[in-house]
Amino acid sequence: MRYMDDTAVMKRMTKRITFNKVWKSFFFLATTFALVTLVILLYRIVTQGVDYLSIDFLTNFASRFADKAGIKAALIGSLWLMAVVAPVSIILGVGTAIYLEEYAKKNRLNDFIRMNISNLAGVPSIVFGLLGLTIFVRMLGLGKSVLAAGFTMSLLILPVIIVAAQEAIRAVPNEQREASYGMGATKWQTIVHVVLPAAIPGILTGSILAMSRAIGETAPLVVIGIPVILQFLPNGLLSQFTALPMQIYDWAKRPQEAFQYVAAAGILVLMTVLLLMNSIAIFIRNKFQKRY
Amino acid sequence: MVSKKENKTSSVQQLIANSRNQKTKKIVEKAMPALLFSAALISILTTFGIVFTLIFETFEFFKRVSITDFLFGTQWLPFSGKEPLFGILPLIAGTLKVTLIAVVVAVPFGIASAIYLSEYASEKIRRTVKPILEVLAGVPTIVYGFFALTFVTPMLQQIIPGLKLFNALSPGIVVGIMILPMITSLSEDAMSSVPNSMREGALALGATKFEVAIKVVLPAALSGIVASVVLAISRAIGETMIVSLAGGSTPKFDLDVTDSIQTMTAYIVQVATGDAGYGTTIYYSIYSVGFTLFIFTLVMNLLAHYISKRFREVY
Repeated sequence: MRYMDDTAVMKRMTKRITFNKVWKSFFFLATTFALVTLVILLYRIVTQGVDYLSIDFLTNFASRFADKAGIKAALIGSLWLMAVVAPVSIILGVGTAIYLEEYAKKNRLNDFIRMNISNLAGVPSIVFGLLGLTIFVRMLGLGKSVLAAGFTMSLLILPVIIVAAQEAIRAVPNEQREASYGMGATKWQTIVHVVLPAAIPGILTGSILAMSRAIGETAPLVVIGIPVILQFLPNGLLSQFTALPMQIYDWAKRPQEAFQYVAAAGILVLMTVLLLMNSIAIFIRNKFQKRY
Repeated sequence: MVSKKENKTSSVQQLIANSRNQKTKKIVEKAMPALLFSAALISILTTFGIVFTLIFETFEFFKRVSITDFLFGTQWLPFSGKEPLFGILPLIAGTLKVTLIAVVVAVPFGIASAIYLSEYASEKIRRTVKPILEVLAGVPTIVYGFFALTFVTPMLQQIIPGLKLFNALSPGIVVGIMILPMITSLSEDAMSSVPNSMREGALALGATKFEVAIKVVLPAALSGIVASVVLAISRAIGETMIVSLAGGSTPKFDLDVTDSIQTMTAYIVQVATGDAGYGTTIYYSIYSVGFTLFIFTLVMNLLAHYISKRFREVY
């Protein structure tokens, strides 16, 4: 007597195995979709923009004429912006992370702070723009300055830096802290001389990645009302300025076709800056990050 | 040198100086937590700042426009000089159209590639694909907007003849591409945390890899996957530059995706780049729209949080 119908089992097996294969290739194709898109996107921008890219493009101010348009004011403006965002967001972000990881006891207030940070990370950037417009530009009277935009951007990327710094601090093993306490160090000494040096590569990587988000962010700048056609460079923190994504946005929405190419060239500059920052971040991560 | 050191510890003056050092040390020990706590307070102040600015300015707006007109009006015509109409529904419709298209694009592709990466791919493939996804996630939205306007829209126009230059379809697809890496990486994390013993159990019973993925891993990781989709939706709702470059500025309360639309975010950008003066009704209207947008994304974020907490399977 046979307990199994071999032919029926084989038939079903073949079907199930083919099913597996078909779906596997479908899943694979779905994965390549993202890659193909990235390739097309980069290819399009490089082919459109590379002809307009020149030394003149980097050293000219914005212009009404496509062939004279340059990105100097925007590039320098973005650097000014970063000069505000980097110290403000890193000091606040790392400070918060140290507090949450090393000092915060488990109570309602600290739970609320944690919850609040994860919610802030989900607030759309344009809403931060509205905050910046109301508080920094109007209430504090900073105007459409480097400082106002810098503060707004700092608040926007603060949650990212806090989370990255928290992870880096958490990765420092407790044995190291205990060894430090054992030698008579106080808590603050332990943090400064043991925890932070060990966590700095992770903190730096996270901060640079957050910074590269800030440099490409457009919406808050638009809402604050950063001007686009500027014929001068900022000369101080309260000076007006323009930034790379803002300039690109202005070019991209112009109806003349020539400006499309100028916009593409601008994007190339922006992407190069981002690539540079990301490479530095990856370099730091690979070179200095210890695994415990 | 050694003798100097010995002197140091034995001299009375040194001991006094040391105790003074101890005092400053104590002050530092006390002051630092307070200082760091005030840094942590900034994030709370930011939230309060956002909520209060939105509420106050929206309140100012509702002094001029009735709240029922705002919530249920089907026409958004703020610039029509004599009798401007502020009914938010067309802007919400525009936002939802773009979001829906984005979800239709991103969810199947995102989950499929998450399954591939977590269940099928070799370590080597995973190590090449993940950084590429990170790059895709790091592309500024202004670049995506430019891509939508100059590549996706012309391409779609060749396939769909009636498609306008500004439409909901093209930004919708590109927003979908933008949120795709987020869904993939978060879902992949959820699937990777399903313990291998469960997979092995199913494989030992004769299941194929596909059956393991669909019948074992997917249900076990469902809360994480759903949470990732909800978070991605919240991102799509708040997306600004793609829709303001490629979506147009014609708020419409209908279901047409081939025609020009306007989303909530695009309206805020339109007013901010226009010349509406401070204190006008139009100026206050961006806060009411921003407030609506904030509520939408807040609900989505809290929902994602709730789903991943409440329905998580713990192994």
